[in-house]
Amino acid sequence: LFLHFGTMNGHAILYTGVTVAFWSTLLIVGICYTIFDLGFRFDVAWFLTETSPFMWANLGIGLAISLSVVGAAWGIYITGSSIIGGGVKAPRIKTKNLVSIIFCEAVAIYGIIMAIVISNMAEVSYSMFGAGLTVGFSNLFCGICVGIVGSGAALADAQNASLFVKILIVEIFGSAIGLFGVIVAILQTSKVKMGD
Amino acid sequence: MKNKICCFNVDNGYLEGLVRGFKAVILKRVDYINLAQCETLEDLKLHLQSTDYGNFLANENEDLTVSRIDDKMKEKLFTEFRCLRSHSVQPLSTFLDYITYSYMIDNVILLITGAVHQQPVSELLPRCHPLGNFEQMGAVSIAQNSTELYNAIMVDTPLAQFFQDSLSEMNLDEMNAEILRNKLYKSYLESFHKFCKENGGTTKEIVCPILEFEADRRAFIITVNSFETDLSQDERSQLYPTCGKLNPEELRMLASAEDHEHVKAVADHHSDYKLIFEGSGDSSSDRTLEGRFFEYEVKLNTLAFLNQFHFGLFYAYIKLKEQEIRNIVWIAECIAQRQRSKIDNYIPIF
Repeated sequence: LFLHFGTMNGHAILYTGVTVAFWSTLLIVGICYTIFDLGFRFDVAWFLTETSPFMWANLGIGLAISLSVVGAAWGIYITGSSIIGGGVKAPRIKTKNLVSIIFCEAVAIYGIIMAIVISNMAEVSYSMFGAGLTVGFSNLFCGICVGIVGSGAALADAQNASLFVKILIVEIFGSAIGLFGVIVAILQTSKVKMGD
Repeated sequence: MKNKICCFNVDNGYLEGLVRGFKAVILKRVDYINLAQCETLEDLKLHLQSTDYGNFLANENEDLTVSRIDDKMKEKLFTEFRCLRSHSVQPLSTFLDYITYSYMIDNVILLITGAVHQQPVSELLPRCHPLGNFEQMGAVSIAQNSTELYNAIMVDTPLAQFFQDSLSEMNLDEMNAEILRNKLYKSYLESFHKFCKENGGTTKEIVCPILEFEADRRAFIITVNSFETDLSQDERSQLYPTCGKLNPEELRMLASAEDHEHVKAVADHHSDYKLIFEGSGDSSSDRTLEGRFFEYEVKLNTLAFLNQFHFGLFYAYIKLKEQEIRNIVWIAECIAQRQRSKIDNYIPIF
């Protein structure tokens, strides 16, 4: 590793430095805890039982909306820059390809719907965190997927107008995976009932 | 990091769309057939108006010559390239700069050989390729040998990094200018290849084969062209770029080759080069060796457009436009000189 310092630029040195520092801190702290017989202090069960379920629920709501928006934004900029570039020489693609942008936007709408649904529930429960995580991550990857396919669709449309509809079908399948996340999250939160 | 598929469009999405738009209007076979049927250069100009070239010759009032058409087409390519370059950020801007260095090298050698033949600088400067313009071009003809050239002029230009192996006290006459050109080009190709390799990903997969082919092609062309001259074997082997598919053993065999058969024997080790050399020895084929190399290059470059999110598009676009310019100039020359027998010897691109 040290031999490679000469060939790396500033960013790479920073990243490797931070990574090495992080992992070595964890390792040293872990070893010290083990040696000094203080392992009992690292108590996961205490953490899980002492933290309030409200924190988990609200984290779930936050993750639902924020990760969905990240996915939608990512997809929109990937598609948008390709539409603008391709639209210089083929202006006809500009209007039709807004459909791809709408598919990406739908991902953000799923996220906000789930966030509202979860936050409107009367009973607070740990499963809200799970639901938020589900819908958040599935929308994140759905947004990226639709964005990349939409970019390909825009550039192919600029070359050959008959290709757009065919690639749109691929986008629809990509969009469906975000919907799966929403369905699973609804199922997770539908059985909300705090224990005895 | 920035070159992963997910993040490529942040910096380069617009430019990729733009380049694909430029590529879409490259002349097709049908356009070439129409152009080949023209009787005069005026006809050619009329046909070019219906393509993307449009009215680029509209202001030409004097008699249209082939060199005017050539200059105007190069200017149009230069305008498009400048638009791409000015919008780009790192690492794409370094990549685009690398593309211009080969034209800079050609311009420098053109100016040096022009100076050797006592031609005034003002006559030579318009003949330089616009893509390879740099500020110190006018001063190049003053230098007497390559060390002077480097110390006085080149050290401030981007070409300075390629001068490492080529500093010598020998006077710059025509032969040495060619040797200097090949040494600079070798340095440039290896540096470009290393840059693409470090960039990694799809760029490496697409551009590195094209550069490797370029390196091997130069090795073959240098060998074939040096049969008549008194270039020694050592000097010859110093001019071969090493980043190609030919391994050092084959480069050594090339260096000691005495005639066309030896070169063909080396090429036979690789199936794609074997195909290029096959049938190029006899005079019945309608393409020369150079033509076949261009054909193979066009084929490699068109493959670059099948992938998205990489820099190979930009390189391939420039090379294909260059080929298009060569094609149109060939057709125009055949028309102008009324030698229509070989007019179909252009290389169709799409």
